[in-house]
Amino acid sequence: MTGLAFDIAHLLGALVLTLSFALLYQRRLSAAINVVAMQAAVLAAAAAWQAVTRDAGHLFVTAAIALIFKAIAVPLLLHWLIRRLNISTTVEAAFGVTLTMGLGVGVSTLSILLVLPLTAGETLLLREDLAFALAVALIGPLLMIARRNAVIQVVGFMSMENGLILAAVGVKGMPLVVEASVAFSVMVATFIFGVFFFHIRERFDSLDVSRLEEMQGERHS
Amino acid sequence: MTDPLLLVVQLVVPAAVAPLLTGLVRKVKARLLGRRGPSLLQPYRDLARLFRKEPVLAENASWLFRGAPYGAFAAMWLAMSAIPTFASSPTLGLGLDMIAIAGLLGLARILTALAGMDVGTSFGGIGTSREITIGALAEPAMFIAIIALALIVNSTALPDMSRVLHEGVGLRVSLALALGAIVMVAMAETGRIPIDNPATHLELTMVHEAMVLEYSGRHLAMVELGAMLKLTLYLSLIACIFVPWGIAREADAQAVASGLALWLGKLAVGGVALAVFETTIAKMRVFRYPEFLGAALLFSVLGAIFLYISQHLK
Repeated sequence: MTGLAFDIAHLLGALVLTLSFALLYQRRLSAAINVVAMQAAVLAAAAAWQAVTRDAGHLFVTAAIALIFKAIAVPLLLHWLIRRLNISTTVEAAFGVTLTMGLGVGVSTLSILLVLPLTAGETLLLREDLAFALAVALIGPLLMIARRNAVIQVVGFMSMENGLILAAVGVKGMPLVVEASVAFSVMVATFIFGVFFFHIRERFDSLDVSRLEEMQGERHS
Repeated sequence: MTDPLLLVVQLVVPAAVAPLLTGLVRKVKARLLGRRGPSLLQPYRDLARLFRKEPVLAENASWLFRGAPYGAFAAMWLAMSAIPTFASSPTLGLGLDMIAIAGLLGLARILTALAGMDVGTSFGGIGTSREITIGALAEPAMFIAIIALALIVNSTALPDMSRVLHEGVGLRVSLALALGAIVMVAMAETGRIPIDNPATHLELTMVHEAMVLEYSGRHLAMVELGAMLKLTLYLSLIACIFVPWGIAREADAQAVASGLALWLGKLAVGGVALAVFETTIAKMRVFRYPEFLGAALLFSVLGAIFLYISQHLK
């Protein structure tokens, strides 16, 4: 792979990870949704670039799926949900932004230190993509832990899935069926989350998931 | 042109141009807000007026209070001389590298902070406390950004950095992250919106203005000129690292002249961009500074990590 081709792949992979951190920084729901949509768009660009440089046509399909479903359809759905539910647009943090950022840096350093020795002997780009992908896939759950809002749970889930696709893009011979079904399951999960939102909202008048603890009927206080 | 002459030009021109840059930023901001704004030369007139006036000192002001504006200005001026603005050669700037520049700026900050607390008024204290908080948060981000840049160019000296980046190092996401970190640090250090508002005298939001509230006359003129020079310094620093084109490498008159014109152009572009940015954004609450500068730190750490990966693997 020539220098420039590698540089562009490195740029796109690193951009996906940087956008994960941008996600941790957001305080508003709609901004977080926009960032995760942007992440999916960059992911689509990364997949398309891989398709061009490796001459692998099926990756174009991956890119198209990422672009249509995750960068356009699901974010639009989430924006519609926010408007429909008429919920407040600020995100309540379970712990502070600075701590979350620190944990994010720790998690990504950990995944880099983990992936690089494990993949010794593979191509440069694959090792790098896997390291970034693991970091992105771990920051998604971190976001879900650190925020109490139910919509952010979906955003974190989507970001985690972006990480998985980033890993899949770098690996040779990932069947298209798997990617298509993953994308489809995310779509379905978003719908289920959406229905779930309406129910939480109806029951508690808020989307704060910590309220769900009240529903643990058998807990003795 | 000989090197000593070039050094003198390099020292005098930035200090002479700094008030013009501040005037430009104020003018553009005023125009964006629908006002006519003061003339571009207004900062020169303000400085001349302040230099003519007699300074009023508090009774308990010590030598430190009187000396600090000159000391802080001298440190900043020395740091400015080490930045390749329009001409660059290894002998210029006494061989000061980026770490030395950051140290000199830190020295200037310490002097102003001590002077702010010297008279013992509550305003000086609150301004100092905020300024030092900003410094403590901004400096780690700055240093890690310097490390990230040094990993790319294998040097911390600005002439080398500017030369290597001029020759091209390929497409690097780390450079963009380092640029983001340095821009954020620069906004915090020069006291611009969203961290500090240079135009305000409202108690709750002042940082730098509160610290130097006790100054008057020629002392205030030195403090103001120092703040203007600091803005020029950061813009030149960003320009010489990230827009390194057109800096004269040889000491011939034509290259120096075109370098000078280009440098003034870069400063003007930077000043207009700053004014537009400041007009579109609101001032941040004091308690959110750690988040803003934490993001700058994060950018530089990420840049260093990405560099580690891409260089470690090759």
